[in-house]
Amino acid sequence: MDIHSIAEPFDLQKLRRQIPLMSSHANGHPLVYFDNAATTQKPLELLESLNNYYQFHNANIHRGAHYLANLATEQFEDSRVAMAKWLNASEAAEIIFTSGTTESINLVAFSWGQQYLKPGDEIVLSTTEHHSNIVPWQMAAERSGAAIRVIPVDDNGIWDLTNLQTLITAKTKMVAVQHVSNALGTIQPIEQVIAAARAAGAHVLIDGAQAIGHFRVDVQALDCDFYAFSAHKMYGPTGLGVLYGKRSLLDAMPPYKGGGEMIKTVTFEKTTYNELPHKFEAGTPDIAGVIALHASLNFMQQTGIEAISTQEEVLRKKMQTTLQSIDGVELFGDVDNKVPIFSFVLDGIHPYDIGTLLDKQGVAVRTGHHCTEPLWSRLKVPGTVRASLALYNTEQEIDLFANALRKALTMLR
Amino acid sequence: MSSTIEIRQQEIISEFEMFSDWMQKYEYIIELGKELPLIATALKTDELLIKGCQSKVWLHASDASDGCLHFTADSDAIITKGLVALVVRVFDGEKPEDILQTDLHFVKAIGLHEHLSPTRSNGLAGMIQQIKNYALAYQLKQKQ
Ligand SMILES: Cc1ncc(COP(=O)(O)O)c(C=O)c1O
Repeated sequence: MDIHSIAEPFDLQKLRRQIPLMSSHANGHPLVYFDNAATTQKPLELLESLNNYYQFHNANIHRGAHYLANLATEQFEDSRVAMAKWLNASEAAEIIFTSGTTESINLVAFSWGQQYLKPGDEIVLSTTEHHSNIVPWQMAAERSGAAIRVIPVDDNGIWDLTNLQTLITAKTKMVAVQHVSNALGTIQPIEQVIAAARAAGAHVLIDGAQAIGHFRVDVQALDCDFYAFSAHKMYGPTGLGVLYGKRSLLDAMPPYKGGGEMIKTVTFEKTTYNELPHKFEAGTPDIAGVIALHASLNFMQQTGIEAISTQEEVLRKKMQTTLQSIDGVELFGDVDNKVPIFSFVLDGIHPYDIGTLLDKQGVAVRTGHHCTEPLWSRLKVPGTVRASLALYNTEQEIDLFANALRKALTMLR
Repeated sequence: MSSTIEIRQQEIISEFEMFSDWMQKYEYIIELGKELPLIATALKTDELLIKGCQSKVWLHASDASDGCLHFTADSDAIITKGLVALVVRVFDGEKPEDILQTDLHFVKAIGLHEHLSPTRSNGLAGMIQQIKNYALAYQLKQKQ
C-alpha cells in the first residue's frame, strides 16, 4: 500500500470542517488565512491527539517501567516509525526529533561541522535561503575557518546554476540549500545541485520547511544526507521539528546537547553516548507534540499527498491569474514551478500599507522581508507582500482576497 | 501636561468620532500621510532613522529660541506616515517637560493602538520613545 495516500475523494467542505480555525472571523470578516507559509492551521485530529495525551497517557518516556510510561513511549516511537515511512527513510533511527527546522539545521551545522569542517573548506548556500539556513553555517564557518560560497540568482530570484561546476568543487564539504523558497514559493532544482555535490564528494542538507506540507518527499530518491523541516508547516504542532540524517553520518557525528536520554553510562571521568536516535535527543522531548504529529501525518495521508498537490495546483493557477489581472502587481520568482506562495509588490506602495488594509478586511498575509534579507538586497526590493495558500483554502477566498486588494489599492493610490 | 497638548489630543479624538467605519478612518490617515511634508532625502540619514522591521520612520528634532521643541518626521509607509503626522501634531512646538509628562491616550481612544504594539514593528512606538528621549536630552541641556 502506498503510505502517502489512503485518500477518499476530495471533499473541500468536509476538509474545512476538520480545521476549526477555517470558520473563524478577523476584524468582523470571515477569516481568509493566506499566511500558511508562516504556519498552517491545525486539523481536529491533531487537537484531539494533544488532548488525549495529556488527559489519558501523560508520562515521561523511555525511563519509567510502568504502564503509562510504556504506553507513551510506544506512541512516541510509533510516530517516529510513521515519519520514517512518510519520508521513505531506511530506518526509524534516522529520524531525530528537534524543536524545528532551525534546531535541525543548527544541530547539523554544530555537530557535523565539528566533525568534518577544517580551515579552507567551503560550504555552499544559495541567495534565497531563509536566515535559519544561513546563520548556523556562518557560525560553523567562524568556528572552523571554513568559507561560505553562495549560489547566485537572476533578477527574478531564480537560481542561476550556469557556474555550478566552479561553485561546488573539491573544496566543498557541505551544500545546504532549500527545497522550496519561503519568500517566493519556487520549487528549487535541488536534484541538479545534489548531483553536483555528490560528484564533488560533498555532503548535502536540504531545508525542506516549505516543501514538506505540499508534495511527496522521498529522502532516498533525493539522495540527500540531511533533510530538515518543522511540524507546524505540515498541519502539525509548533515547536517541533524533524531532522532526517543518514545513519553513517549521524553515527560519526558527536552529540550536540548533553543531558538525560542521550547517554549510556555517566561517570565523572567518562560518559558513553546512547545509540541513534537518542544520542541527539537529550532531555525530555515534546512528547505530546511528537505523538500529535502522527495525527497530522494521518490527516495528510487520508487526504492523500497527491490530492494535496493537485488541489493546491488549482489554487496556485487561479491565484496567479488573479494577481496578474490586478493593475501594477509585480510578482517575483518562478511562474510555474512553485507551490502556492506569492510574493509581490505594487508600484510605489509600501507592503505594510497593503498588509494593514487587507488585515482590516479579514485577510491575513505577511509583509516584509520574510527572513530572507540577502535575497531582497540582491533584487533591490526592501520587502514584499506574501500570500501563501494551503490545501484548505478555496477559490472563493481568492476572490475575497482580490476584492480586498483592489479596495486597498483604491484607498492607497 | 500642557493644555495645548491635551487640546490637540481631544481635537484628534473628535475628528475621528465622525468616522463610522474603518475605511473612513484609514482614508483619513492616508490623507494625513500624503499631506505631511516630506523630510528632504538628504536629511534621511541613519542618525534620524528609527528602524521598525516593517516600515521605517525618520524623525528630525530642532529647538527654537523659546525653549520649545519642533519635529518633522517621515515614513516609507503611508499609513505609518499618517500616524506619525498625528503624533507630530500633538508634540510639535511644545516644551520638553510637557512632552515628558504626556500620556498619549488619543491613539487608543481612536482605536489605533494596535499600531503602537511592539509586534507591529512599524517604527511608531520607537518614534514616540525617541521624541521623549529628545525632550529629556534637551531638558538636561537647558539645566546645565
Ligand atoms: C525555508 C524555511 N527554513 C527555515 C524556517 C524556520 O522554521 P522554524 O522557525 O519552524 O524553525 C522556515 C520558517 O519560516 C522556512 O520557511
